[in-house]
Amino acid sequence: MEAAAGGGCGSGPPLLLSEGEQQCYSELFARCVGAAGGGPGSGPPEAARTVPGTVTAAAGPVADLFRASQLPAETLHQITELCGAKRVGYFGPTQFYIALKLIAAAQSGLPVRIESIKCELPLPRFMMSKTDAEIRFGNPAELHGTKVQIPYLITEKNTFKRMDDEDKQQETQSPTMSPLASPPSSPPHYQRVPLSHGYSKLRSSTEQMHPAPYEARQPLVQPEGPSSGAPGAKPPRHKASLIRSFSVEREPHDNSSNYPDEPWRITEEQREYYVNQFRSLQPDPSSFISGSVAKNFFTKSKLSIPELSYIWELSDADCDGALTLPEFCAAFHLIVARKNGYPLPEGLPPTLQPEYLQAAFPKPKRECTLFDSYSESMPANQQPRDLNRMELSIKDTADFPVPTQDVTSDDKQEQNKTRLALKSTADEALPKDMSEDPATSKDSNSLKARPRSRSYSSTSIEEAMKRGEDPPTPPPRPQKTHSRASSLDLNKVFQPSVPATKSGLLPPPPALPPRPCPSQISHHNVNSERSAHPKPPTQLPNYGDFRLQKQSEQVSEAEIHPQLNRAPSQVAESSPTKKDIPHSQPPSKPIRRKFRPENSATESQEPPSTVGGPVSAASGKPHAAVQKQSSKQKKAIQTAIRKNKEANAVLARLNSELQQQLKEVHQERIALENQLEQLRPVTVL
Amino acid sequence: MVHTSLDVVDEKISAMGKALVDQRELYLGLLYPTEDYKVYGYVTNSKVKFVMVVDSSNTALRDNEIRSMFRKLHNSYTDVMCNPFYNPGDRIHSRAFDSMVTSMMIQVC
Repeated sequence: MEAAAGGGCGSGPPLLLSEGEQQCYSELFARCVGAAGGGPGSGPPEAARTVPGTVTAAAGPVADLFRASQLPAETLHQITELCGAKRVGYFGPTQFYIALKLIAAAQSGLPVRIESIKCELPLPRFMMSKTDAEIRFGNPAELHGTKVQIPYLITEKNTFKRMDDEDKQQETQSPTMSPLASPPSSPPHYQRVPLSHGYSKLRSSTEQMHPAPYEARQPLVQPEGPSSGAPGAKPPRHKASLIRSFSVEREPHDNSSNYPDEPWRITEEQREYYVNQFRSLQPDPSSFISGSVAKNFFTKSKLSIPELSYIWELSDADCDGALTLPEFCAAFHLIVARKNGYPLPEGLPPTLQPEYLQAAFPKPKRECTLFDSYSESMPANQQPRDLNRMELSIKDTADFPVPTQDVTSDDKQEQNKTRLALKSTADEALPKDMSEDPATSKDSNSLKARPRSRSYSSTSIEEAMKRGEDPPTPPPRPQKTHSRASSLDLNKVFQPSVPATKSGLLPPPPALPPRPCPSQISHHNVNSERSAHPKPPTQLPNYGDFRLQKQSEQVSEAEIHPQLNRAPSQVAESSPTKKDIPHSQPPSKPIRRKFRPENSATESQEPPSTVGGPVSAASGKPHAAVQKQSSKQKKAIQTAIRKNKEANAVLARLNSELQQQLKEVHQERIALENQLEQLRPVTVL
Repeated sequence: MVHTSLDVVDEKISAMGKALVDQRELYLGLLYPTEDYKVYGYVTNSKVKFVMVVDSSNTALRDNEIRSMFRKLHNSYTDVMCNPFYNPGDRIHSRAFDSMVTSMMIQVC
C-alpha cells in the first residue's frame, strides 16, 4: 500500500481540488513556505534535500499544521507517508495538497487512503492554537459555525452539496450580519476579522493587532472547536464580507482595553446601545420588558425561533418571563454574537451574568423611579453627563437631587451625584445671589452664608444626611414658634401659603426627620416667636424660615436660592401642591414661580430687615454657630421630608400602574385558561 | 403505548369531573398485559398533564420519588413556559429542561 501510495504520489495522480480547496491549500502551503523561510533551522535541512526548482514547505510549520488538525499522531504519520513526503523527503506542493486532503478525509472519518482523496471532501479543519505561527492556521470558519453548518460537520457525510451549502451559509451570514449587528459590531466583528485576515495575505499588517483579540478568542473557540470544527473558511468570501468593517473594527479593538473574554464582554458603546433599545421598549430602565414585547423585538433579529428560545433561556436567569436591563443586555448581546456567527454558549458566560452586568454598570435603582424622566438610571459613569444636564436645568434638577437625599439610607453614588448636582445648582445660584443681594448688609451670618452657600450645597447635604439619620433629640414638640424674631414676615410669607398645602401634604409626618427639627427650633425659639402651627405642617415652613433666617438673619437671596434649590421639595411641595403634584414632572415652573414671590417677598423684607440685620447680627453671632447647626439640621430634615414625600408620590403612582398591569395580566390569564379548556378535548396526548 | 396514553388521558378527563385540580394521580393500576409498565399521571393547575411511563422491571419506585420527580418536572416546565418564544404544544427544546429530565431518569435507573 505504501509503495502503491508512494508510486501514486510520485506520479502525481490528478488531484481534484475544488476552487475553495485550491485557495485554502495554496494559502496554507504559502504559509508553510513562508514559515519555512522565516524558520531558522527547519528550512535548510529540508531545502538541502529538495529538488532544485521546487518550492517546499518546511517540516516545522507543516508538522504544526498537521498537529493543529487534531488528528492522532498515528494518522498523521500515515498521511505523511501516503502523501509521499517521507519518500521524497520534503513537502512539495503536491505532497502538501495530498496531505491536506488526507487530513480532511481523516477528519471526516474516512480511512486514510489515496482513494479517499478522490472524492469531494470538506476542507481540513485545523484547531487554533496560541502561538503566533499557528495563528495563521486558525480556523475562522468556526466563528461562522451556524447551526446549519454544525449538523453538516457532525453528520460527517461527504456530499457535494455541503460545499455549496457552506457557501450559501457564509453568504447568508454576511447579509444577516448587517441589520442588527451594525451598531454593536465592535467585538464580534473584529473577532472575525483577525481570523479572516489570518487567512488573507494581510496577516503581516494585522498580526500585531490581532494576536491579542485572537488569543482572547481562543478560550471561546477552543471548547467549540472539537465539537463544531467547521470546514475551512473561504478566505476570499470572508475578506469580501468583513473587510468593509475592518477599519471600523480596528478602532473598537484599540479602544477596548480589557478583552480577555471578548465575545461575551459588553463594551461601553454596546451597553449604551442596548440600554437605549431597552428604553425604547420600556421607558423605565429599572423595570422589566415583558416576554411578549421582548419576543417581538428579538424576532426582528431574524434569528430562528429555537435559537431565540435558547438565548432567552440563557439570559432570563430568574425565569420570570421578563427581562430586566442586565438580562436584556445579555440577551441582546447573545443575539448580536449569534448573528455575527458566534455559536451560542452552553451556559451564560460570566461577563453576561446579570449580577456582573449590574456591578459593571451600576444603575442606582432608587434613583430610577424618581429620575425616570431624566434617565438618571444611566450608569454611574455617566454622572458627568447627568451633571451637565442638571446644570442646564437647574430648577428641574434641583428637585431631584434633593429627593434622592434619602436621609436614612443613601447610596454613596447618590450622595455624590446629589452633592455634585447641588454644587452645580449652588454655583448657579451664587451669581444670582450675588446679583440680587447687593444691598443686604451682610452680617456675619449672611457673609458666612454666601461663602457657605457655595459650599453649603455640598456640605449641607452631607450634614443633612448625617443629621437626618441621627435622632438626637426627644420627640418633636410642636414647634409653633420659630427662632428668629426678625423676619417674622418671612414666616408669614410662607405660612399662609404653606400651611394649607402642608397639611394636605403631610398627613403622615415622618417621625425621624421632625425629631431633630424641634430641638433646633426650640433652640431658635429664643430668637423669635412664630405663630403656632400643627407640628408637621409647620416644620417645613419653619425650616424654610429657619434656614432663611439663620443664614442671613434676614431672608437673603443667597439663602433662599440655595435652600430652595437644595430643598426644592419643600418649595415644590408647597407650590406644586398648589398647582398639582408633579413629582415626576420637573416642577421648574412652580419653583420659579415660588421663587419670584419669595424673592420679591424676601427682597421686600430685606430692606426692612437690613435695619434689624445689624442689630440682630450682633445677637446673631452668638447664635450663629448654633443656628448654623440647627439650620443644617433643619435643612436636612426638610430635605428628608421632601424626598420622602416625593418618593411616596412616585411609589403610589407606580403602585397604581402595577395594579392595573396586574389586572390586565389576570384577565389575560383567564382568557388563556379558557382557551386551554376549549382546546383540551381537541389535543390528544 | 399510544392506546395506553389515550386511556390515560380519558381517565384523567373523567377524573377532572370529580376533582377539578388533582395535584397528582398515581395511576399504578394500568399494567399492560404483555408489557409491564406503570403509568403515572400528573396534572398541573393549568391542566397540563405529565405522563410518566416506568418499566416495571425496575423495582417499583416509591410514591414519594414519583412525586418529587413530577414536582421537578413541573418546575422545569414552568421555566420553559416562561420563554416567550415557546409555544405551548411545541416540542420542548430547552437544554436545561432536557438535562433535568435526563438526570432524573438516570437517577432512577
